Parts: sequence; structure tokens; C-alpha cells
Amino acid sequence: MNRREALKSLSALAAVGAAATTRASATEMTGYPTDMTVAKDMLPRPAIAGGARQVLTDDTAERTISAVFDRLIPGDELGPSATEAGCVDFLDAQLADRFGAGASLYREGPKRANEDDLMQTPQFIATPRERYATGLRALEAYAQARDGASFADLQPNRQDEILRGMEDGSVQLDDAVNTKAFFELMLQNVREGYFSDPIYGGNRDMAGWKLIGFPGARYDFRLYTDRLGEALDLEPVSLIPRD
Amino acid sequence: MATNQKADVVIVGLGWAGSLMAEELTRAGLNVVAIDRGPWMDTSTHTPPAVDPDELRWAIRKELFSPPKDNTLTFRNTTDQVAVPQRDFGIFELGGGVGGAGFHWAGMAWRFDPYDFEIRSRTIERYGIERADDGELQLQDWGITYDELEPFYDRFERIAGISGKAGNIQGKINAGGNPFEGPRSREYPTPALKTLRSMEVFNDATTRMGYHPFTIPVANLSQPYVNPLGVSMGACSYCGFCLGFGCGNYSKSSPQACIFPVLMRRKNFRLLTESCVIRVNKAEDGETVTGVTYVDAQGQEHVQEADIVCVTAFQVDSTRLLLLSEIGQPYDPRTQEGSVGRNFTFQTVSGVDMWIEGEQMNPFIGAGGLGSQIDDYNADNFDHSDLDFLHGAGMLTLARDGLPISKAGKLPEGTPRWGAGFKQAYKDHYQTYTTIFNQGSSMPIKQGYLDLDPTYTDKFGQPLLRVTYDYSQSDRNMAKFTMDRAVEIAQEMGAQHITPFNFADKPFTTAVIASDHVIGGTPMGADSRTSVVNPWLQSWDCHNLFVCSASVFPMNSGYNPTGTVGALAIRAAQAIVEKYVPNPGPLVEA
Ligand SMILES: Cc1cc2nc3c(=O)[nH]c(=O)nc-3n(C[C@H](O)[C@H](O)[C@H](O)COP(=O)(O)OP(=O)(O)OC[C@H]3O[C@@H](n4cnc5c(N)ncnc54)[C@H](O)[C@@H]3O)c2cc1C
Ligand code: SF4
Repeated sequence: MNRREALKSLSALAAVGAAATTRASATEMTGYPTDMTVAKDMLPRPAIAGGARQVLTDDTAERTISAVFDRLIPGDELGPSATEAGCVDFLDAQLADRFGAGASLYREGPKRANEDDLMQTPQFIATPRERYATGLRALEAYAQARDGASFADLQPNRQDEILRGMEDGSVQLDDAVNTKAFFELMLQNVREGYFSDPIYGGNRDMAGWKLIGFPGARYDFRLYTDRLGEALDLEPVSLIPRD
Repeated sequence: MATNQKADVVIVGLGWAGSLMAEELTRAGLNVVAIDRGPWMDTSTHTPPAVDPDELRWAIRKELFSPPKDNTLTFRNTTDQVAVPQRDFGIFELGGGVGGAGFHWAGMAWRFDPYDFEIRSRTIERYGIERADDGELQLQDWGITYDELEPFYDRFERIAGISGKAGNIQGKINAGGNPFEGPRSREYPTPALKTLRSMEVFNDATTRMGYHPFTIPVANLSQPYVNPLGVSMGACSYCGFCLGFGCGNYSKSSPQACIFPVLMRRKNFRLLTESCVIRVNKAEDGETVTGVTYVDAQGQEHVQEADIVCVTAFQVDSTRLLLLSEIGQPYDPRTQEGSVGRNFTFQTVSGVDMWIEGEQMNPFIGAGGLGSQIDDYNADNFDHSDLDFLHGAGMLTLARDGLPISKAGKLPEGTPRWGAGFKQAYKDHYQTYTTIFNQGSSMPIKQGYLDLDPTYTDKFGQPLLRVTYDYSQSDRNMAKFTMDRAVEIAQEMGAQHITPFNFADKPFTTAVIASDHVIGGTPMGADSRTSVVNPWLQSWDCHNLFVCSASVFPMNSGYNPTGTVGALAIRAAQAIVEKYVPNPGPLVEA
């Protein structure tokens, strides 16, 4: 089985899992359960590599986020760029999934004026999916207004300048977008894409892990616990089975 | 509303506390029903090695935890502020399934220090009343001593198979262990884990400085083990997917790995999953409780009657249930009267991040609780006469994990966070990073408490719990003092880049995860005016109600809480069997 087929067959499993929920409605338990098979909703929910976009369907949005990601993690002699490593595929899949829907967030109102100050961190009722939609639109509008061109078509150093401004708070895209927080969201997600298991669509060929020497989804290091301070040069392993 | 068959005991929440109590109570022959709001969760079905090593899903998206959408709190620093809800994951990383947070915890398995239990009396004795009553602090004794709790710590450690090296066996100090710990009756059930590179560097430096490093006792087992219940556990493989994760090897102690295989087979035990208890029901006489009301997965309300109710729903939910059930008098921060909600505390954390050039830490080899620690500045192990704070911190270095998404933020000051510079820096520093984490104590204050929020509600329409808290000046001074000591150690360790951090140099917030350890709300004690439960964890108000979580701690020590929760749970359960059942009524006169 090649990697692509492996991804597909795992995702088929996950799809079954989502439908046939393991959260049994009979909640009373007596005795130790005898069914020892893995609960379907615990299996990874893989990105379908090369699949059609599910959330980032707008061309401009896709071009903008690709440009941003490739400034945040550019390609060089140390390894591929974010998009080459599949980080946009990763983001699209994540935005289509529970993360994008803000499934774990408490989203009841009211959102108070003092909320972010008290928490010392911005909080959102909007979902990450909504935040990307408005944030990317605002970034493109900013580039059009200031530079008369798409963000994706600006020179890399100009792109960096805008991103730095977003990061340090000197660029405010528009009133509806907490620009600093949107920058942090993109930075977090591109790192996730570059360094998470390739099963989620990013970190292609485990390039992120190879960059730093992380051996991936290995589960037993007892052979190495006495080799203190040695470079172990372990080949990384993914949750995707090897061909 | 449906009413179930009455039980001898109903247990609300089947985490560490609930399952340890259930094990004792069912072994004594009582009919026990446990109710948990989470779904069933177990090792082979939920976190086998093919599922577990996945940083994105478990450490970043935190899918094993109960999401804030379902269970969250509101927070403010002071009573004159309007509290706001914690919307994303913050310091409340609650268990998502049966087994509670004990399934995804890291596994540092401590005993508290003898000083902790008598913090008020011993502070007054050594430093005078003005240090204990400085106007801000609200110190109180636990109503129990370390020596009284020792046999139950021992029992917890045997059930969990804790790996460590004793520093003090019956008063005899052992080289290699923690010389400051309270006397233990015997050695740990399994030996300490291996010393990994970051620990070795820390041990060498602190030894040179005259401190006393030792390996942290952990619930990550160094070798195969069979516990007193006859349950087998495997050896930890140092997989490094531990804190926030399950364990695929049956080597991280948890209710699942250590207790469920026995408990679930007992004929006198029943478990109701995905059923959320919304109230403990009071009898008409007000002296006792009759059972609990819960809502099942279909939204149906049920009543479970029982002769005895044990609330073991983790610190926040144990406190909230008492408030929702109107049991006991809520604490009033203006008058300091009332006890439910009293003495909320946290963990006061500072430390340093450091990078030692040329090092090869191999950080991905690790276990959730593994590290080295010094207790030279913890508890009352050093003289505080000329210092502007009480207590201290366990100062530790970690050999926990090298998870690459999380560690991407751990770079020396001045290095780019993105761009080509970031890639180069991360490549250069991934292997050289280590840390000293000061797990500081938290002193209770008059203005730190829990009550019900007036605005925000959960999915059942019940008010959320509201936290009002900020660090005391004593804790702030302690965090600064231990941070300065950590910088000195980092220098001795040879670090070229040192970034000190101190969570207590800003106001407290629930959104920034300094620690997961939230404490207090239903303090235990010998004085019914200042405590919710007596030293047997029996409610002063309703004698057939017992409460066991970190909510019963009147303060927090410079250690993680679970060993103490476990010991208290076993002790309370044995008191129910030996003292309460033969003679129901208050075990201590108010
Ligand atoms: C990431 C993380 C790392 C940690 N690491 C450590 C560590 O290294 N060392 C240490 O000592 N401690 C650690 N802790 C803390 C440790 O997990 C807790 O102290 C411990 O799990 C508490 O046990 P408990 O039984 O009181 O609560 P829990 O284990 O949380 O169990 C409570 C149970 O009650 C259920 N429940 C709650 N409310 C209701 C309700 N209303 N109705 C029905 N059921 C309900 C919950 O579903 C849960 O199953 C860590 C915690 C976290 C989150
Ligand atoms: S580090 Fe050890 S205890 Fe923790 S999950 Fe891995 S094997 Fe289990």
C-alpha cells in the first residue's frame, strides 16, 4: 500500500467511526468490558492528501495564506517551505475539522469589554474558521489599499514587513480583526502543520522532524536511555504505515 | 424523573479519588454505584501505541480533556471586577472520560511535607503570629498530621506502583533520595527511573552548589509491577507522549491501569457513564443527604438514592456541587465567615528556560513526571526568619518530552520566531534546551475564593463556578526568590542563554497554564467554622456526605497534589467502613 492509499483507508475507517459513534447510549456498566477493539473515534482523522479544498475554497484566500505560510517558514537548504511541506493542506483539513468549528470552545455571550485584559490573552466567540475568513480578507484588503496589489504578489521583504507589523501590533488590518491575535493563530497553525504527524497533511516526508531530529511516533526508547549525550540519528516514524 | 434502586454508597466522579474509595468500599462489601459524566475510557480501546504518539491531537488539541464548551469557569482577580468565562483551555484540563484527569496526568507522585499539614501552628511556633496573620493570608491547619496520613500514602504508592528512591525511611536518611521528605515506613514499590541527560547536568551542578538533588518519584513505572490488588503493570518505555496523553503500555498509573480491572469485576459495583450529577439532595431534616440527581446522555433526569454520598468530582466540580446543592454556608470574603468556597489556591510558578550550547539532550526520551529536583528551598526546609515570604518551591528539571510543536516556542531571547532565522535557530537549539521549573506553594488568602457566577451557565442552565483570586505578596516574593536561585543553578549548569520566567510577577489568570493544580474550596479542618469537612472528610453539615478532591486542601504545597488526594481518599473510605457504617453520625463533634 502506498502512502496515499494508506491515508485513504485510514480516513475511511475514521469516517465509519464518526457515524457509528462509540458513545454507547446504554450508560450502565457492570463487569469489565470484553470488547477490546480500538474505539473508532480514537483513530486519527487524517487529511486526505491531494483532496479538494474543503474550507479554503476561495482562490485569493488560498494564495494569501500560502504566501504568509511561506514567509513564516520559507524553503531553504535546511528544508522545504511550509506549503511544500503541505501546511496549507494541513490547515484546510484542520479548519474543516473540530478545530475549525471551535468545537471545544465555550462560546456563550456576553463577551465583555474587560475579557481579554482580565484573561491576559485574547478570547474569541468566533470560530477559527470564521477568524481565517475575516482575517485573510482583511489582509488582502490591506495589501490592495496600501500597495495596490495582492498580498501574495508583494515582494517577500514587503510581505515580511507587514507580517512583522501584525506581530508587534503596529499594523492593524481593520477594526473587526484582532490583528496581533490573527498573526499568532497563523504562526501557531503553520508550526502545527510543519511539525505534526504527516497523517494530518503537513510535515511532508517528515521534513519538520528531520530538521530538528525528532524521531516521531516511536514508542519505546529503553534501548537508548543509557546513551546519554549521544547523537542517536534515529530515522523518524509516522502514524502512517510505511509502504 | 426516574429513580434507581437505592445503593449503600453513591460516588460522584470516578477519577483517582472516586476509584480508590470505591475499591475500599466494595471490598468491605458495600453496594456502590459510581456516576461519571465522561464516557468509558481505557488503555487498549482508547490509547494504544498506534493512537497515543500524536502531539497535535492530544497535547495541542487536548482531545482527551473535557472541553470548556462543556465544563468551564469564570474568573476575576478581585471582588470589584466582573468575572469572565474561560473560553479556551486554560488551567482547568479536566478529565474527559471515566478515570478523570488521572488518565492524562504526568505522574509526579508526591507526599506533602509535614510542615504543610500544620502550616499555621508551625509557622507561628517558628516565626511568630505576625507572620501567619499578616492581614492578607488565611493560614489554617489541616486537622491531620503527616504521621497520621503516612500509612495511606504508603497504600496509594503501592496501588500505583510508584517509582522512586526513599530519602527518609523511619527517620534514617538515605543517600540518593530526598533528605527533606517526611519519614516513610518503607522504600518505594519500584526503583527510580533512569537519570537522563538534562537531569545529569542538573544533578552535577546542584551537587557542586551544596544542594541535594534526587529523582522525582513518579507514576511512570521503572519496571513491571503487580500491585496489591493483583493488577499487572508494564515498564515505562520513556516514550515521551505522556502529559496530556494516555499510556499505551499500562505503565502510567491511572484508575484504568491500577484499579478498574478489579473494581469493574466486583458484583457489588455499578458504573453509570455519561451521567452528570447536578445536585446532591438534602433530606428534609437538613442533617443528612438522600442521594444525587443526575442527567443522562439523553438529557433525562434521574435520582440515585444512597445511604452515603461521596463527592469525588475533582476540585472545581466538588466545590460547585456543594454550592449548587446549598450544603454548608458559602464563604464571604468580606467577613471571612462561611466555609464553602474558602481558600482557593493555585501553584506559584517561576523558573528559567536555558540553552546549553553543544549539549545533546535527546529530549524526546522522557516520561511525564521524570526529572530531578531539589527541596532545599521547599516547605520550611530553610530558615524564613529574614525572608519576606513563607514556604517555597520544589525546584526541578524535566526529562519529559521533546514534542516539536510545543518546543518550537522554546528558543533563546532574540532569536526570530519565524522565517529562515527561526528554522536555523530551532535546528540549533532543539537539543540544547532544558528548564528549571519552580513548583511553588500557594498560601491561602482571605480574598481568594470560589462561588457561583451570576451570569454564565453551563449546558444544563446551571451557574458556572466563579474563581476570585490573585497571588499573595508572600507568594510573589517566594516566586522571585526561587527564580533568582534557578538562574544561579542555570549558570552553574553552563547555560549560555538563560530566560527567567515568573508567572507571579503579573496578576493571576486562568488562561495562562502555569500549572494544572487548583486547590481548595471545601477545606478540611478541625474547626467547623473554617472548614467544610472534618479530618475524615465528612461534611460538618450532613454527616452521610463525604468530599474528597484537592478541594479539601486548605493550601497548596510546593508539590503536585495527587498523592495527597489518593492518601486522603483511602483514609476517608476506611473511616466510612470502620467508623461510620457501624455507627452513623458525626465522626467528630463540631
Ligand atoms: C495535564 C495534567 C497533568 C497533571 N500532572 C500531575 C502530576 O504530575 N502529579 C500530580 O500529582 N497531579 C497531576 N495532575 C493533577 C491530577 O490529574 C489530579 O490531581 C487528579 O487527577 C485528581 O483526581 P480526582 O479524583 O480528584 O479528580 P479527577 O481525576 O479529575 O476525577 C474526577 C471525575 O469526576 C467526574 N465528574 C466531575 N464532575 C462530575 C459531575 N458533576 N457528575 C459526574 N461526574 C463528574 C469527572 O468526569 C472525572 O472522571 C495533572 C493534571 C493535569 C490536567
Ligand atoms: S512515558 Fe512511560 S508512562 Fe508515560 S505514556 Fe510513555 S510509556 Fe507510558
